[in-house]
Amino acid sequence: MKIRLTINGTPGEFDVEPGMILLDLLRASGFKSVKKGCDGASCGSCTVLMDGRAVLSCGILAAHANGCAIQTLEGLGSDLQLDPVQKAFLDGNAFQCGFCAPGLIMSTRELLDRYDSLSREQIRKHLSGNLCRCTGYEAQISAVEKLFEQRKGGVQDVREP
Amino acid sequence: MSANHDFKVVKHSNEKVDLKSLVLGKPVFTDDMAPANALVVKLLRSPHAHARIRSIDCSLAREMDDVECVLTHEDLPRIPFTRAGQGAPEPSPYDAFLLDKKVRFVGDVVAVVAARDEKAANRALKKIQVDYEVLEPLLDFRKAMEGNVVLHDEKEAENVFDPTKNIAAHYTMEIGETDRLIEESEVKVDVTYYYPKSQQVPLEPHAAFAYLDEKSRLVVVSSTQVPFHARRILSRILQLPPGKIRVIKPRIGGGFGAKQGVIIEGYVAAVTWKTGKPARLVLSREESLIGTYTRHDTDVRVRLGADKTGKLNALDMYVLSNTGAYGDHALTVAMVCGSKTLPLYNKVQAVRFSTDVVYTNLPNAGAYRGYGAPQGLLALDGALDELAQKLDMDPLYIKERNSIREKESSPIFQIMGEGREGVEQIVQSCKLDDCIAQGKELFGWQVKREQFGLAHPKDGKVRGVGCALAMQGSGIPKVDMASATIKMNDDGSFNLLVGATDLGTGSDTVLSQIAAEMLQVPLEMVHIYSSDTDTTPFDVGAYASSTTYVSGNAVWKTAKKVKEHILQAAAELFDCDVAQLHIQDQGVHNSSTGESISYAQLCTQLFYTFNQRQIAATESFVGDESPMPFMASFMEIEVDLRTGEVHPVETVSVVDCGTPINPKLALGQVEGATLQGLGTAFFEELTFDSRGKPTNASLFRYKIFDRASYGKITARLVESYEPTGPFGAKSVSEIGIDTPTVALLNALFHATGIRFRSLPVRPETILKALKGENV
Repeated sequence: MKIRLTINGTPGEFDVEPGMILLDLLRASGFKSVKKGCDGASCGSCTVLMDGRAVLSCGILAAHANGCAIQTLEGLGSDLQLDPVQKAFLDGNAFQCGFCAPGLIMSTRELLDRYDSLSREQIRKHLSGNLCRCTGYEAQISAVEKLFEQRKGGVQDVREP
Repeated sequence: MSANHDFKVVKHSNEKVDLKSLVLGKPVFTDDMAPANALVVKLLRSPHAHARIRSIDCSLAREMDDVECVLTHEDLPRIPFTRAGQGAPEPSPYDAFLLDKKVRFVGDVVAVVAARDEKAANRALKKIQVDYEVLEPLLDFRKAMEGNVVLHDEKEAENVFDPTKNIAAHYTMEIGETDRLIEESEVKVDVTYYYPKSQQVPLEPHAAFAYLDEKSRLVVVSSTQVPFHARRILSRILQLPPGKIRVIKPRIGGGFGAKQGVIIEGYVAAVTWKTGKPARLVLSREESLIGTYTRHDTDVRVRLGADKTGKLNALDMYVLSNTGAYGDHALTVAMVCGSKTLPLYNKVQAVRFSTDVVYTNLPNAGAYRGYGAPQGLLALDGALDELAQKLDMDPLYIKERNSIREKESSPIFQIMGEGREGVEQIVQSCKLDDCIAQGKELFGWQVKREQFGLAHPKDGKVRGVGCALAMQGSGIPKVDMASATIKMNDDGSFNLLVGATDLGTGSDTVLSQIAAEMLQVPLEMVHIYSSDTDTTPFDVGAYASSTTYVSGNAVWKTAKKVKEHILQAAAELFDCDVAQLHIQDQGVHNSSTGESISYAQLCTQLFYTFNQRQIAATESFVGDESPMPFMASFMEIEVDLRTGEVHPVETVSVVDCGTPINPKLALGQVEGATLQGLGTAFFEELTFDSRGKPTNASLFRYKIFDRASYGKITARLVESYEPTGPFGAKSVSEIGIDTPTVALLNALFHATGIRFRSLPVRPETILKALKGENV
């Protein structure tokens, strides 16, 4: 069947089979940042934004996403201009292997869009669906905490619309 | 060089050199790069824990339009090998075949299918008909040596200690009269602890693809920790010379030992070699959990004798280790249970270590961060804690007073290596005493010891604290070899080529920092390229906490040689003596004449106009010893007396890793390893039903800690200077996983007065014990 998706701002038509999950469609379409870590909606590595909400692309049928706007990490920043979330994790040296990075960055992006301020404990709860096996999380939580603090201190989130 | 040396690049928390590509989500992992036209490879796995294959009928699968290739044991030469991914000669037994006519665990590979897409591959798997002669499975490793069921009856197996009793490996050693000294001691402890079958769970499942290059050589791209060993092993099983094979490791999504196993590369390589077509394979999470490696689950019995003041007289450790279906890392992991724990308590007059490593019809155990040290330490530290309990003393005092110090040694260093003899060593850097002092203070050990425990419940909950000390090593001395190549560019930058394997740890960054420091250039002037058997020099790979020390020393030596070449070239140019020159700020300076030339100008002249040549060097390093990092850990927990639930409150670890080349990355290693250890302490364990079928092989059922629930992890570094290390560095990647398990059990005792000796500790077990039931 044919579906229409806008991926990272570019609309397109995709031929999908009924059982195909959004994750497989995105990877097959070249959006390799979307990672498959668990086959079971348990690790968060495949998180993308669907109409602005963070979703597990392994738990959504491609057909179900028909008409939606999808944003993957490829659509967030570039070599020339990083998104503040990317910059925060970069500054915090907050990844080791980085396999979980795409999912965590997209979840964090949504968190910043939804909330004005969050405590460290709230950040931990909100991002608990994004597993990381390398870091012990501390550096990542600190990086997100800093993002919220910067906002409080009046530093503008310079994200492009 | 002293510990106070003024470093410019080393000891700075530089940004990880690969981090920008990772936060941008670039296609840098193995399966991101697979050719779009690659055949999809899938594996048919055994539903039985133990069975002989009478026959396999693949005709229906082979007839399918979209199926390119189906392989069974009948299609491949019968060559015994080990997947262990170690140096040669390999210490693990040759007890495996790429495809065998016997299966030894639920999930063992029976056949390989390669099809044009995933759907076709899955359909083809269903069309393969296997006639199994189902055999009785051996599932209880404590009964393995009875030999009622025998796993490895194949005549081709090599180097199995006693196949008739399912013993893959055996080892024993003794210094002094252990039994007599324990017998004559005033206080004795004799306890057995069980470390469970946990799994590494790298977030990226094993992935590999293969293709033939334009010269028809076989190229294998893999998420491997050991590209050079992978090439050698592929060469054996495919009967191709190593030079016909190229193995490349891109960024990899964690390994923790699971990717030291050369487990899936053979399947894609065989398909490509048979069909001439590119082929890719990515394991599912279920396959990754049961079809790669696990921890060796282990019973460790420790007997000790001490006097009434808590001074140890003798130690005796016996390890019964479960290697599962194949003997990967069987002997070496078991030996590390003793060799990387017993020397910590070097004040004894006698020590004995012995081990049997047995087969069972369960998934293959193998390398996993810590590599035996976590199992050994669980029982050793636990036994010391129980000694303190008997003497009614502070366990930290008992552990501290018996532990090793700088300038001391242990005879074990020389007797026990990894699968062979070790090397004599005097500990040249050890700040364990500082680790203990700082950790004690930071954690508030004294106060918490007094204020917590069963006597001080609050709202139906009690708190408890536990401590543990640990050591590890830095590579395998006299065995692990690493090399590096550096060449100079005409902008004054350098290409650094290393066989070393960054599995996310940050070794590309750390090795670049070492080169930059030696050559006195900013980090961005070093361009590292790693882990490609065609273009980078040999390195054993990433295991045994070797990269910073062994590969780092290779880079240090190479950069030093390049520096000498640079000074020599400048001396020719200035027509002066080398002794008058020094390097500084990316250039060479003559302090007596004031003359100077930048690296860029010098290299440009050497390329085009003056004494023309390429400045480059390759150097290699093999360690004469394996300097130990040390650590003191403290854990606070909270136990709900009504439900038996336990929560970690805080884990504090203070580590001496010599000079931390990149402090932030070093702390990240400690924090990550601590959390991985906490997972095993609290809930990680693969479980099986009565026929050996896995019952929790998904991340939904096999839980790892998420970021909300582990309490707080605090890691600190105490600096020492290891004179044999690159700029004073030792290893740091494994040690953090050694302590959380036993620290939890020690804390549980402090909280509840009950000694648990088996992991993971489940709430129902605690609740039963609190009610006075025997557990």
